[in-house]
This record gives sequence, structure tokens and C-alpha cells, in this order.
Amino acid sequence: MPPAANDKGVAMVAPELLKPAPLTSPVAVEMTKVNKWYGNFHVLRDVDLEVARGEKIVICGPSGSGKSTLIRCINRLEEHQEGRIVVDGVELTDDLGRIDEIRRDVGMVFQHFNLFPHLTILENCTLALIWVRRMPKRDADEIAMHYLRRVRIPEQADKYPGQLSGGQQQRVAIARALCMSPKIMLFDEPTSALDPEMVKEVLETMERLASDGMTMLVVTHEMGFARQVADRVIFMDRGEIVEMNDPESFFTNPRHERTKLFLGQILR
Amino acid sequence: MSDAIRTSTPIFVRESMTADRAPPVSNAGPAAWIRDNLFPTPLSSVITLLALLFLAWALPPLVRWLFIDAIWSAPNGDLCRAPGAGACWAYVWQKLGFFMYGSYPREEVWRVNLVLLSGAALVVWMLWPDARGRGGAALAFFTVYPVLAFGILTGSAPFPTRWLPTSGTGQLLWAFLYVVLIAGAGTLFYTGRLTALAMAMIGFVAWAEIGAWWPTLGLSHVGTNLWGGIFVSLLVATVGIVFSLPIGIVLALGRRSQMPIVRFLSVLLIEFVRGVPLITVLVMANTMLPLFVPQDWSPDRLLRPLIGVALFSAVYMAEVVRGGLQAIPKGQYEGAMAVGLSWWQMMQLIVLPQALVTVIPGIVNSFIALFKDTTLVAIVGIFDFLKAVETARLDPVWAGPSISTSGYVFAAFFYFVFCFGMSRYSLMMERRHAAGRKR
Ligand SMILES: Nc1ncnc2c1ncn2[C@@H]1O[C@H](COP(=O)(O)OP(=O)(O)OP(=O)(O)O)[C@@H](O)[C@H]1O
Ligand SMILES: [Mg+2]
Repeated sequence: MPPAANDKGVAMVAPELLKPAPLTSPVAVEMTKVNKWYGNFHVLRDVDLEVARGEKIVICGPSGSGKSTLIRCINRLEEHQEGRIVVDGVELTDDLGRIDEIRRDVGMVFQHFNLFPHLTILENCTLALIWVRRMPKRDADEIAMHYLRRVRIPEQADKYPGQLSGGQQQRVAIARALCMSPKIMLFDEPTSALDPEMVKEVLETMERLASDGMTMLVVTHEMGFARQVADRVIFMDRGEIVEMNDPESFFTNPRHERTKLFLGQILR
Repeated sequence: MSDAIRTSTPIFVRESMTADRAPPVSNAGPAAWIRDNLFPTPLSSVITLLALLFLAWALPPLVRWLFIDAIWSAPNGDLCRAPGAGACWAYVWQKLGFFMYGSYPREEVWRVNLVLLSGAALVVWMLWPDARGRGGAALAFFTVYPVLAFGILTGSAPFPTRWLPTSGTGQLLWAFLYVVLIAGAGTLFYTGRLTALAMAMIGFVAWAEIGAWWPTLGLSHVGTNLWGGIFVSLLVATVGIVFSLPIGIVLALGRRSQMPIVRFLSVLLIEFVRGVPLITVLVMANTMLPLFVPQDWSPDRLLRPLIGVALFSAVYMAEVVRGGLQAIPKGQYEGAMAVGLSWWQMMQLIVLPQALVTVIPGIVNSFIALFKDTTLVAIVGIFDFLKAVETARLDPVWAGPSISTSGYVFAAFFYFVFCFGMSRYSLMMERRHAAGRKR
């Protein structure tokens, strides 16, 4: 990885803008007794989770077990009804100003990319810098190009999302999130809508991000990624955390019956 | 495998490349085109022949009436009343001033022309794809232009006194409207709220100053009761179009709002206005609006139907825009929220641009309907183009059946040109968006 390469000969932005902002608290995310309902349907039950600064957590579990709901509560795309969620020392409440603040610091990558189809790749990346961070366009362009280089697609900057392959789109989505210098990155099944040959390029991008020390919560069924990158693996079922362990013990020695059953199914 | 019968050698390597050849004659040329498009099947051939027969029957008399037998110049209606005379274009030519300006004083029509021409120039500039400074043209058209146009057309100062208006027709409303308009446009074109605020202040002061200085121009006062013709039709249509889209967007967003009161009020207004005929809305605007405001501020008789028309088309626009909003996937909202955009930014930057592009056909459809509906303002005594045509045919000098018809044909031609133009423009915009953005 070359240092913040300046191959186009443009003026460089301040280097600290190109790094993730450091977390102020040693605990990145703290969830205590979080409960959530959709109508009468109890999706999250007494979820307790503490994510340390720089920690990488992989969440797996059967479909409908509440994995997406859990991580979407962290940037408040969903609201929890009971319990406490504290993100980098700031508790998530109904106070709107706080929520925008949290969302700026928490990047999210979705299963279906959710790029903005009417904007170019570059505009997708600079939009929040310009409108949320109130940055001049030139600086924003430069930061966006920096991250597009990091996800290895600077040459696509002027195309529209519809003109890119799925793997490329997902890497743009990662670059878009990184542009805001997030302290924490959330990934919701980032590879499950991709063809097999594109999964690799996205996972490699995520691995590099992990080795740079980003705090990551990843919902995925890519067990190879979990073994290699995760500090802890969480297994969820019916809205509960059923088992949580380091990847080695989790895969070789699962303790809960449902974990064994689940691993038996997906590892064959 | 082993049972397969080989009919050719399994190995092939090309030794020389095939040169280009012209296509077979039957695939190109006018003869082939006629055969493929007009006579591809027996049924199509019959339909083609019937259509040709119909044209042969209808077209010659039409051409004869419109052009060959038409009277192009005449001092009065005598020639046109003669048996066998066609369209009476001499009459249209003679009455053109009346059709254009209604009873606007003849020696003052340069003021109307100035307003119409500069407006047309701004509109073309604003709508011309890839033109430089389109944003500036739009800004001018929505802020400076209407105030100056008002001042030029009425001859009264657009902002009668410095700072605070004291009396007269809805001056505070004018002031408020312009602050809102300028601030809104400023926010749209520049990112900073402070910039918008500063622009609103500057605009306010500038208008007040212009208002104080205006009377020294010495323009005579021309009341709206003298306005008429094409000029008023275009005015009503433009005001309707300019206001119906933003009001429609606000109503559509209100109808999808999370806040029950906002949603209820939007639904109430949309359903109520949509549930009554335009004529009713116009009559209500005409008789009821003056009841809501103090006597001094009673809206001008031309302003009332303008409000009615804008409101009426806004509620239709709201439903068109709502259709577009519903076509935006949930993921777009989530993507926008996840990068930290506020609700307004999300709507302005992500949701509305996509929603409006998908409903361009519906929006233009509403505009076209609105353009033709402007003829109904005649009901509340506004002297629009069609009303002018109607009145002109009563002139005894020009009375006569084919003379009246000529007037109506001219009116049809006018409405068709504008509606067709809008339709073509929207098709072009759709294609441009489709080419740029989709895969
Ligand atoms: N907006 C909603 N309203 C009602 N129920 C919902 C809503 N969103 C999710 N659910 C339900 O909540 C449960 C958990 O959903 P969630 O999306 O968190 O599951 P998941 O573990 O991410 O599953 P998958 O692997 O299929 O993505 C599911 O049963 C789902 O049907
Ligand atoms: Mg999910």
C-alpha cells in the first residue's frame, strides 16, 4: 500500500483528514439489556454487548434472527425501546442532534450497496463531506479520490453506479463510508448479493481495513473471513445472543446446541 | 458421445477474413421501407389504404380552406363573407393586437412586449440543456423578473414604500413572498444558510430602494382590468406552473410525513381541492379570498384566479410527485441517513431528484392540462386569449361564420404549439436522463 499517493499532482489535503478519527472512549459500543419490538414481535431480547476500540466482531445466525436489526440500532436506523446503547461515550436517545452526530461517526455498508444512482461515483463519495462536513468541493474530491484509490477503483470515479459491477459498487460503498472518517464501521451482509468471483475483492478490501485498526461489526456468513479477521464471533438466534467466543473456539468447539446445528448446516 | 454422427470436420481455422458487403437491395431504400412499414401484412395494407383514402378525402378541402381560398388581407369582412371564401387570416391579422394584449393601452404595449420577450429569453436560457449560467437565469427568473415585470406592467412601484408598506393591495404579502422566494432560491443555489439569509436581506433592501425610485420612471398606471389576451393567458399559465410544482412537492412530502397533523392537513387540502371542479375553485377564490383579508388588502381581481389555478394544479402535482416518491427504494433513505444527511438534505439531494425525474411525464402532463385550463379564468371575468377571440368575433365589421372559425383555428394553433412544445421538451429531458444515468 503506497502512502497517501499523490499521483495526479494535486495539492494534498491535511493528512489527518484521511485517517479515521480516533475513538475517544476505549469502549466503542456498549449495549445493555437492549430490547426491541416490531409491533408485537420481539426482535431483540436483552442484548448485552461491549465492543472495544479496534475490535472486529463478526455476527452470524439464521435468517430473521435479528442480526441486521442489531447493527442498525447502533446508528439508529432502527430505534430500540428498552435498554441502553452507548456509542463512543454518547448514549443514543431521542435527541436528534446527537443522532446525526453518531451517524457521521458510524459508517455503514449495506447488502444492496444503496449507492445513489443519479450521482457519479465521485459525487456519491463527496456528498456527505460537502453537505454534512461542509467541506469545500476540492478538498472533498481529494479525500474521495484517496479512498477510491484505497479500494482500488479510482478510474471509475466519473461513472454512474449502474455502470459498475456489483463488487465494484460495494467497494464504492465502502469508500463512501470511509470518506466520513468513521470511528466504527458496520457491515450488513456486504457480500451476500455478489457473485462468487466478486466476493473476494470486497473481502480483501475489508481485511485491509481491519488491519488498519478500524473497529468493525460485520454481519456475514463468510466463515473464512470470520476466522481470519474477527476477534470475536457472535451467534444470534431469535433475537438473542446465543454464543460469543473467539473464532478458534467458536468454530472448533461450539458449545450451544443451536450453534452446533447452525455451523453444521453452513460448514457442511 | 461416440454415437454422434459428424457432418463436418471438427477442426477449423480461418485462413482469410471476410470482406464487408453491401446489404441485399431488399433491405434498404425507399421501396423496402414502404413495403416493410406500410404493407407488411394484408391487414396492414388494408389499413394503410383506408388511411390514404381518408387523407385524400379530408386533406384537399382543408388545405384549400386554410391556404388556397384563404383571405390574407382585407380592410373589412366583406371579402371573407363572399361565397367560397376560406379562412379569414386578414381578420386574425387585424385583431392580432387585441388577441395579444386585450385592452392594454396601445401606446403602452411596448411594456408588455418587453416583459414577454425578456421572460421568453430567460425561460429559454434556463431550460436550454448545457447552457452556461442556467442557475443564474433561473434565479433571475424566479426573483428579480417577477418584481420588475409587475412594476413595468402595472406602472406602480413593485414595492411601494421604503421598508414597511403602509397600505394598498397586499403589500406585506408581496414583501413576505419575496423574502421567502429569495431565501429559498439562495439555499438551493448555495450551500450555506448564511448566504441565503444575506441574499434575502440584500434582496429586501434592494426591492425597497427600487420601489422608492420607481415612480420617477413616470410609467402610467395600467390596471389589471385592462390586461387581456395571449399575454394574460401566458401570465396565468406561467404563474400556475411556477407555483404548482413547489407547492405540489411540499404537499406530497406533507402527505408522507411522520407528523400526523402535517399529514392530515395535506390530505385534507389535496382531497378537498381535488374533489371540486376548477370552475368552483375559481369562483370560490374570487368571492371568498377577499373575505379572509382586511378590505384594504383585498387581493387584486387578477391575483385571485392566479391563486386558484396554482392551488388547483398544485394538488394534482402533489399526487404526481407522491407517485415518484413511492418509487424510491427504502435503501436510498437508509444510505442517505447512514452518511449523516439531515432529513431536508436527504430529500433535496437524494430523494426528490430521483423522484422528480421518474415522474417527468406526469409533471408535464399536469403542466399541459394547466395550460389549457387557464381558459377557464374567463368565468371569473379575466380577459384571457380565448375570451378575446370570443369577443372579437362580435365586431360587426368582421362578423361572419368563416371569420369566427378562423379565430378559433388560430386559438387552436396557439394552444397546440405550446402544448406540443412542452411535450417535446419533456421527451428530450427524459432521454437525456435515461442516457446519462441508467446502465
Ligand atoms: N420493519 C419491520 N417490521 C416488522 N418486522 C420486521 C421489520 N424488519 C424486520 N422484521 C422482522 O424482524 C426479524 C429480524 O429481522 P432482521 O432483518 O434483523 O433479520 P436478519 O437476522 O438480518 O436476517 P437475514 O439474515 O435474513 O438478513 C425478522 O423476522 C423480520 O421479519
Ligand atoms: Mg439481515
